Amino acid sequence: MPIHEKSLIRPENLKVHDKLSIDGVDVSGHWSTFIETRVVPDYNEALEKEIAAFPGGDKIHRCFQCGSCTNACTINAIEPRFNPRYWIYLIRMGMEQELLRDKDIIWQCVSCHKCTNICPRSVEPEGVMKATALWLEEKGYTPESPSHVFDKEFSRQVFERGKIEDTEVLHSFLVKTKQPLLQDWLVAIMWGIAKRVPVKWGLKTALAQVFKPRTRSWKKARAAIEDYIYEEGEARKEKLSRSRAKQPHLEAAE
Amino acid sequence: MVDLTEKIMKYREVAYYSGCALEGSGNGYDVSTRAIAKSLGLHLKDVTNWNCCGAMEVKNIEPKLQTYLSSRVLSNAVNLDGADVVMAPCNGCYHNLKKAEYDLTHDPKSQETVDRLSAKAGHEPYKAGQAETIHALDWIKKTIGEEGLKERTKGKLAGLKVANYYGCMYVRPRHIFPEKDKGPGSESTNRPHFMDDLLAAAGAENVEFPLKTACCGGAHTLSDSDTSTKLVLNILQAAEASGADVIATECPTCHSGLEMHQVRAEKRFGRKTRVKMLYFTQLLGLALGISPRKLGIHTNISDSSELLREKRLA
Repeated sequence: MPIHEKSLIRPENLKVHDKLSIDGVDVSGHWSTFIETRVVPDYNEALEKEIAAFPGGDKIHRCFQCGSCTNACTINAIEPRFNPRYWIYLIRMGMEQELLRDKDIIWQCVSCHKCTNICPRSVEPEGVMKATALWLEEKGYTPESPSHVFDKEFSRQVFERGKIEDTEVLHSFLVKTKQPLLQDWLVAIMWGIAKRVPVKWGLKTALAQVFKPRTRSWKKARAAIEDYIYEEGEARKEKLSRSRAKQPHLEAAE
Repeated sequence: MVDLTEKIMKYREVAYYSGCALEGSGNGYDVSTRAIAKSLGLHLKDVTNWNCCGAMEVKNIEPKLQTYLSSRVLSNAVNLDGADVVMAPCNGCYHNLKKAEYDLTHDPKSQETVDRLSAKAGHEPYKAGQAETIHALDWIKKTIGEEGLKERTKGKLAGLKVANYYGCMYVRPRHIFPEKDKGPGSESTNRPHFMDDLLAAAGAENVEFPLKTACCGGAHTLSDSDTSTKLVLNILQAAEASGADVIATECPTCHSGLEMHQVRAEKRFGRKTRVKMLYFTQLLGLALGISPRKLGIHTNISDSSELLREKRLA
């Protein structure tokens, strides 16, 4: 059984002996659990396959753990817990419970592509982060992330009309995430710009709310896109149910 | 010699893919790009009945749909407009068209999906290699070049200290930009310099700016605003520390992100920065003697009118 190094040095896994003497040597104090027998009973052997079934996750099997992604990561620099290399390791190992410790920050990847740019194995870790975030939601481990709400609203406009409209994206996102529309920074921006911008420009923006920008004769493209989304969704469900069926012990646990 | 002229001619008339952002929040970029094209005698032909390139958001939902959406834009440019060069000023659009080209070249399944969806949608499918996608930077560089700009601007931006900010999508991941990193004369993905070259030719003083390709958090500008504000503040402070008056941008998402989070950083974290943001096309337009209004500078959130008066550009 592989040793999962990081969990061993967590405070709750360090044993404390108030008074312990071995061969006449006083070894009281903190003890690493290295020497204790450990059993990990809850491997999810299908974890890698499950995540590979989500958009962007299909190249995860290529990783050889060089750590270039984490080293290059924009978010890792401001949040050290954000560690793509480590999460890929956990996923490939099937250590679902360990992965869940970081479930609330995985969606925060900003897609700067520094990892995909540097990766010597073409894993596209950025895609793996997105796939993992979607998997967490699908399994019900996390609520829908604001990023996913945004992606869905943006894509809805593209699929419906062929184009997006900036103000509608902003407005719908704030409404869907239950945030106040009058954000202090937004008010400051509007106020600053209102002093300089001609009426014509304001009118143009207002008109765009009524006559939304759209691609002409988009109907057939929209139908093709909707069919494709349905097909891919069904294919994904099929893949997921197959990977679960191979693990009857997990099915029973759920 | 003939070859060279022919090559330049090819880029003098290009299909112009402005994209959604340039119709909305990035309006100043669109206006200024058209204004400098007119002033430089370059011809921009809008891609007929274009659609969204798919952006990051559609890619996150269904990656191959992003490839399809971008391929439809290229297909329209090739089949409806007869273009062989598509110019996209938005980093996001440019990135996605490049990515679609890469996918279609390297992944037969992508081509299959594009063919199938195009047939259903009732238009010609785009085939890899039919068009070349370039950025607005390549476009100016290939047609007018530094020499041409020097001649036309007479160093009008002299005394203006500029930090050149390229962002993520123009250079990463490098494998989708096969023409970059090809030695002298080509763009570098590690240390991009096209914007530096052009603005220097117009007389600007480029400061030593270490965060040219740092991330502004544009993907989460609304969905994880605090992170974006932190990333932007870092960029703004680095630009100020390098002595820049203005950050030159080349992407509507970066540009509005920098502007928005400059205000937000002041409101939420009490961190005020004074550096201004202008699109590089607006700076080139000023250098060419076009008025700030015609370049849409008054529609930028960051108010640079005082700076421009001080530098005698307005």
